[in-house]
Amino acid sequence: MILYASAGNVLVWMVWIGAGFACLASGIAVVSFSNPFYSALALIGNLGSLAVLYLLLSAEFVAAAQVLVYAGAVMVMFLFVIAYVGPRMETPPWKSGPSWQSVAATLAAGSIFIEVIVAVSLKAGGRLKHSEHVGSTFGTPGWIGRLFLTDHLLAFEITSIVLLVAAVGGVILGSHARRASA
Amino acid sequence: MLQGPGIAWYLGVAAFLFGTGALGVLIRRNPLIVLLSLEIMLNGGNLALIAFARHAGNGAGQIFALTVMAVAASEVCVGLGLVVAIHRRRLALDVDELSELRG
Repeated sequence: MILYASAGNVLVWMVWIGAGFACLASGIAVVSFSNPFYSALALIGNLGSLAVLYLLLSAEFVAAAQVLVYAGAVMVMFLFVIAYVGPRMETPPWKSGPSWQSVAATLAAGSIFIEVIVAVSLKAGGRLKHSEHVGSTFGTPGWIGRLFLTDHLLAFEITSIVLLVAAVGGVILGSHARRASA
Repeated sequence: MLQGPGIAWYLGVAAFLFGTGALGVLIRRNPLIVLLSLEIMLNGGNLALIAFARHAGNGAGQIFALTVMAVAASEVCVGLGLVVAIHRRRLALDVDELSELRG
């Protein structure tokens, strides 16, 4: 039994290291590619490896929604728009030597990272060791649906309004541009 | 029982993703790549939410993560609409040159 449990643990660690490394590497790739098309493809890899991490955290429905909504719908829209505006190479700031803006931006991003780590470890350092036990229904679609329609009904309704407003906004932006160019 | 790495490892990955996205937003000038970097920041936040949901055994974090996903989809919809409108007006796709609204 103990041997079985430790073999499972090693397997989870291996999957975690693979997915976590892919996640970090593709995140850096999105920021550093000069062609936006390659950046978008790297972001699809980032979203896929994040879905694997969600599965390890027993959030099955969120992982499925991540792949369907993000890697499916959102990224297809992104690739379509990138193909529409045409490939526009931009020389990344670090190709032409470090300017003061890129140095300052790197320092700011690094300080955000360190600040988050320090804040979390100061606030919750000791309490992060032991996670709660969860039942087998944790993260399943039925459980999420029940939560959405009972405890979090307001969030569900507001989400639908936000999506409607965004769709109307997208249509208005598109039609105004057509009138201006005609 | 959470097998494999503890919650702190997931939070480290989430913080790194957020920092990477912030770096992209700050140093890239193409609005499309700025939008992609924003997605990375939102996903870092989502990973932290889901890690805390698993840690506390509570569903609110997963619900919030799904809401963040819907907000990100709306943001991409409006942002790409703006990029297409900018392209149709024959303006340069460069966030440093799009400074007409600066006071």
